[in-house]
Amino acid sequence: MIYDLAVIGAGPAGLTAARVAARRGLSVALVDAYARTGGQYLRGATQPRLTGIDVKLGQRVWAVEKSGEGFQIHASTTTTASTLLVATGTHDKVIPFPGWDLPGVLTAGGAQALVKGERVKPGEEIVVAGTGPFLLPVAVTLLDAGVRVKEVLEANRPSPHMAAALARVPSKAREAVAFARRLADARVPYRTGHAVVAAHGKDSVEGVTVAKITKDWKPYAWRTVDCDTLAVGYGFTPQVDLLVQLGCRTEGDHVVTDDRQRTSVDGVLAAGEVAGVAGAQAAVVEGALAVHALIGEPPPRLLAEKRRLRRFARALELSYPVRDGWQHWLRPDTLVCRCEEVTVTAIEEARDLGADDPRMVKLLARPGMGWCQGRMCGHAVARLTGHEPAPQKRPFAQPITLADLTLHDREDST
Amino acid sequence: MVQTVDVLVVGAGIVGASCAYFLTRAGLRVTVVDRGGVASGTTGAGEGNILVSDKEPGPELDLALRSTQLWRELAEECGGFEWDPKGGLVVAETQEVLDALVIFAERQQQHGRIAGSEVGTPEGAAPAPADVVATCIAAGDLRELEPHIADGLAGGVHYPQDAQVQPMLAAARLLKASGARLVRTAVERFLVSGDRVIGVRTGEGDVYADAVVNAAGTWAGSFAQAPLPIRPRKGFILVTQPFVVPPIRHKVYTAAYITNVASDAEGLETSGVIESTQAGTVLIGASRQRVGYDTSIDYRVLAKLARQAIGLFPVLADRQVMRAYAGLRPYSPDHLPVIGPDWRLENLFHACGHEGAGIGLAPATAEMITAQITGEPTPRDPAPFAPGRFA
Repeated sequence: MIYDLAVIGAGPAGLTAARVAARRGLSVALVDAYARTGGQYLRGATQPRLTGIDVKLGQRVWAVEKSGEGFQIHASTTTTASTLLVATGTHDKVIPFPGWDLPGVLTAGGAQALVKGERVKPGEEIVVAGTGPFLLPVAVTLLDAGVRVKEVLEANRPSPHMAAALARVPSKAREAVAFARRLADARVPYRTGHAVVAAHGKDSVEGVTVAKITKDWKPYAWRTVDCDTLAVGYGFTPQVDLLVQLGCRTEGDHVVTDDRQRTSVDGVLAAGEVAGVAGAQAAVVEGALAVHALIGEPPPRLLAEKRRLRRFARALELSYPVRDGWQHWLRPDTLVCRCEEVTVTAIEEARDLGADDPRMVKLLARPGMGWCQGRMCGHAVARLTGHEPAPQKRPFAQPITLADLTLHDREDST
Repeated sequence: MVQTVDVLVVGAGIVGASCAYFLTRAGLRVTVVDRGGVASGTTGAGEGNILVSDKEPGPELDLALRSTQLWRELAEECGGFEWDPKGGLVVAETQEVLDALVIFAERQQQHGRIAGSEVGTPEGAAPAPADVVATCIAAGDLRELEPHIADGLAGGVHYPQDAQVQPMLAAARLLKASGARLVRTAVERFLVSGDRVIGVRTGEGDVYADAVVNAAGTWAGSFAQAPLPIRPRKGFILVTQPFVVPPIRHKVYTAAYITNVASDAEGLETSGVIESTQAGTVLIGASRQRVGYDTSIDYRVLAKLARQAIGLFPVLADRQVMRAYAGLRPYSPDHLPVIGPDWRLENLFHACGHEGAGIGLAPATAEMITAQITGEPTPRDPAPFAPGRFA
């Protein structure tokens, strides 16, 4: 069958869109890679009733294609719909530093997923480092799970943008205060202008080097902290692979959308983090707005709410950027790409051979050619070559076996 | 940027980089201009094949044999580009196809001997190319060469001279070793005075040169002052997950590949071409389509390639594909490369139209162009490649 709307991603944006669309009488398919709905934010905590929606879970979408009838969504089965909403969220942004490939180093999102999703403690004594407000809920989640959080290190310094933004969005301010109080009660120090610049250990993390860093993230005073786990998060990168496959226009790291979440490609909508990292609340609003691309004028209230939350997101972006000083943390043998084991030296060699952009460095030195296809190292490789990180073309948004790929031979599929 | 050099090379792909290497070795000052940087076009979208196995007996086979020899030397002189003399294995599904393959190999071997004796070696030029080495492999012996190859094949022919390099590294290393200057900008047009080319206009100003080499690959035909009938022929490559022990030892392909290479068909043609790389991945090709400069992904074609790969190596079936990319092979109407002086404008030399064989043929092309520019005798008869054939 051809659905009126197919939603890829059952996080806050996708769930909202699917439910609103179903209520409006549209035929809806909701596709997600995981076995439960909720995405990374809700982690399947509650399973909402999804009446009137064809929910297709455990479907890892590896490609979307425009076809005569609309769009084909290729996962282990193919779903066809006349309109497509991509709400595939983000993944953690990481930057390399000596020892980041040791067991015991996790992304902040990964640490939270272990606790919330799998009810597993990532370690006994943990340091949380990086930048952005997400470090706070991660630390609190870990505390609640009984992990000893030794320090929370925020690389950036308090920013006037943030203070002004919090004043305008009281719910966020209340949230921040609650997190801060919880950390203070547990006597967990929260230090700004600090970063973990190296992790140490023989077979896994035994300690980390914490440095005071300048405004530009150059380290100038060092000490060692013992811990068995390190959670690092430097913000998020929107997962726009499927939108890039369809040729949607991007700007920076996200896809460009209008007031009803329409992308530059007819019939393709994008909501939530793929349209710019802004958090779950904005994702819910945008999920609802996206449905109005099919059913008409969006209510002004929703549009105003989106503008407010997007302004807040903009303040976050300005307050918690990844600054280039992290490059001072590197050593020649530091891995930049873990999948292909590409060191800083190897990248310098490629640059010396004439590679002056991320693509050329990739062709000559292989960063980004391995399992994660540059999702981990993309930011670092771009900045190391003096370029702005930009979405990459990935014809396979997920790996697929050769046997499964053969099923898409035209003679067989029609 | 107004400057004067001896030779200006348009294109920093494998052909342009090889030309820079051979020209600077001959004592010339060279600047290379490319809008995308080194290996950013077709060179960056191929497997890095250096093949004699797929060449019809004729001038291109001679060039390939000479080039293989040169690659071996370059691997020692320059190196750093994963030179791998792995050999090729062409397999046949049926006895009939095997018979045809064996006859093809015999003709290649005879040609090598005839070419070697008739053309001879001009004084001061490189020695005549070695003969083609090819061995017929019985069905029962295929597994000795390729332990994971499928059952039911009729046999094959082994070509130990076939080799592979990492093409992007090869271009980058040769260019670096040449000492030639690389300028990243677009060449807008040739600068012409009377009937002579005196340089090029780039996005960063004019560069004057005593000679200009057009090694612009797929775009080599598009200079208004000296157009050439070079068109793109699209191909896809699938890349699998890395293997700890690469499961495929040779470049393995089916006989259909040889017919496809030489074919003039407009529509889609595919044939199984499979090999491992030193990075542990398996590369799967090959498709041919004439669809202009469109490099979009077509999953139907990728599915066909996957099917053919599993047909040859069933062990690949449950392996993951991580990447796919499209490249454009620059082809000429008679499928021969275009090497030599332009017939309209003096001081302009073409080194293009290598289709899918650019990596393999680049050093011999550069050797020929260098001889032509310096006025030395060319090691091989340049007539079959002369651009003037399109006059």
